[in-house]
Amino acid sequence: MADKVLMKGNEAIAEAAIRAGCRHYFGYPITPQTEVAAYMAKVMPKIGGTFLQAESEIAAINMVYGVASCGLRVMTSSSSPGISLKGEGLSYLAGADLPALVVNVQRGGPGLGGIQPSQSDYFQATRGGGHGDYHMIVLAPSSVQEMAELTVKGFELADKYRMTSMILADGTMGQMMEPVSLDFDVAPMPEKPWATTGTKMAREHNIINSLYLKPDELEKGNFDRYEKYKIVEENEARYDEYLTDDADIIVAAFGIAARVSRNAVNEARSLGIKAGLIRPITLWPFPKAPFMKAAETAKAMISVELSMGQMIEDVRLATECRVPVTLCNRAGGMIPSPAQVLEAIKIAANGGEN
Amino acid sequence: MVVFDKPHALLDVPLHYCPGCTHGIIHRLVAEAIDELGIEGKTIGIAPVGCSVMAYDYFACDMIEAAHGRAPAVATGVKRADPEGHIVFTYQGDGDLASIGMAETVHAAARNENITVIFINNAIYGMTGGQMAPTSLPGQVTQTSPYGRDPKLCGYPIKVCEMLSELDGPEYLERVTVNNAKNVRTAKKAIKKAFQNQIDGKGFSLIEVLSSCPTNWGMTPSAALKWIDEKMIPYYPLGVYKDRSAEKEEAK
Repeated sequence: MADKVLMKGNEAIAEAAIRAGCRHYFGYPITPQTEVAAYMAKVMPKIGGTFLQAESEIAAINMVYGVASCGLRVMTSSSSPGISLKGEGLSYLAGADLPALVVNVQRGGPGLGGIQPSQSDYFQATRGGGHGDYHMIVLAPSSVQEMAELTVKGFELADKYRMTSMILADGTMGQMMEPVSLDFDVAPMPEKPWATTGTKMAREHNIINSLYLKPDELEKGNFDRYEKYKIVEENEARYDEYLTDDADIIVAAFGIAARVSRNAVNEARSLGIKAGLIRPITLWPFPKAPFMKAAETAKAMISVELSMGQMIEDVRLATECRVPVTLCNRAGGMIPSPAQVLEAIKIAANGGEN
Repeated sequence: MVVFDKPHALLDVPLHYCPGCTHGIIHRLVAEAIDELGIEGKTIGIAPVGCSVMAYDYFACDMIEAAHGRAPAVATGVKRADPEGHIVFTYQGDGDLASIGMAETVHAAARNENITVIFINNAIYGMTGGQMAPTSLPGQVTQTSPYGRDPKLCGYPIKVCEMLSELDGPEYLERVTVNNAKNVRTAKKAIKKAFQNQIDGKGFSLIEVLSSCPTNWGMTPSAALKWIDEKMIPYYPLGVYKDRSAEKEEAK
């Protein structure tokens, strides 16, 4: 076991990205993800990399598009309002099948919202965020260690499938400090014969493009992309289960909500209530299998979220509404307490009655 | 003896541009510059959104199609990916460069990003059917200024070279046109210089080319070329607006 270092979540993302071979970072200041940019600004010039503070989120994501076109590992990070601005670029990255890593350290919304943690960009992240039919691989860390590990995984998956990976974190994950082991393996980057790195007068020109004026060609691109998404759904869904084997009540939560929920599940168990936790690590693809399996025996499910209830829709879809699913939530930058989650578990265990 | 040949950097495919449009000439000048400098194998071009959106099918070098107005940001990424190995140019119209992409233009210039920008100013949105552009002249009738561009309602045209020349950043800014043989030769020289500057590591060069749009101006091709002389050049004077290397030479 390698030594651990104490790091902020945002710093762990930056350091992990560098260890994953990312040498190009473009960003724009926004709270609460600032430490990612600050870390990159400090380190990149010393290792021959590029840190560039762009004139806008829109410019930053298009700089990412440029580096991704050249086949290199590249990233940007922001927080909710900034991710909305990147929506255009995310759609173009998908349309041109470019791999990139985008980090969203979420804050409360809508609008300018606030700067406290939130999970209310779940729909935006898991449904694409920009215009058109597409998905991103969405990874939801629940510890500083996972901030680092999922950053590496995000680059690997992006390259493997020529997709954008998004780290969907929140203000708590970004700001809190925990010991991290940075001793992880990085898979070698695949060949990228499609990249625009100059023909060297030795091949036909490569074109990076998302424009297809002939509708049948555009349709084919969409169909092909969704065939690829099917493979991603079959192979890349990740989750963590805690005390689910005999659980009557299943709590679904990711990120900071999962940590709060785990405490509540422990307290419920001490009261004799058979509660368990399913923690999705990929939000897209959503880990449907453990929910379907749990729905065979569980009496009820609770979706614990820092939003007005977004993941709850995926829980209902995954279980095909075979069990009642209720929402336990706070919004706008507030975080549910273990007591609030425990109360929701008690009500669910009591058949929905107080 | 070969007296006329197609530039290697321009692919032998039919262009989609309207009869009398000067995009074809400017494409050729860019391709000639790439050929003469021997940089096709390391050049990556960025196409915009607008009439030249399909330029990626015409140039033989590697090409990227960017979102509307974002070409200078994409070019920044491509250049930073391999500053020594990549020669990067953007090819953008007035709506793309001076309206929706103005921030990207100004900041790439301010950073003195080592790229070459070919800016086609034809005072109108061509691809979408002739709407008012940021460079449409006062009084100019377009689909969205049917009574003529009224500066009281929609302001004045933006003079890009003049505006950017106030920045410390950019290396080279020149406005040219291609409405007669002499002007084509001057334009060629400017475009080649804009690539040479990049090869020499001098930084941001932008060549604004006053271009014609007979279709959306509602003119014959020859009348459109005349309109450049009579209407556009008085508002957008030709010439070099910034040449930092020359300024340094003079200062010596």
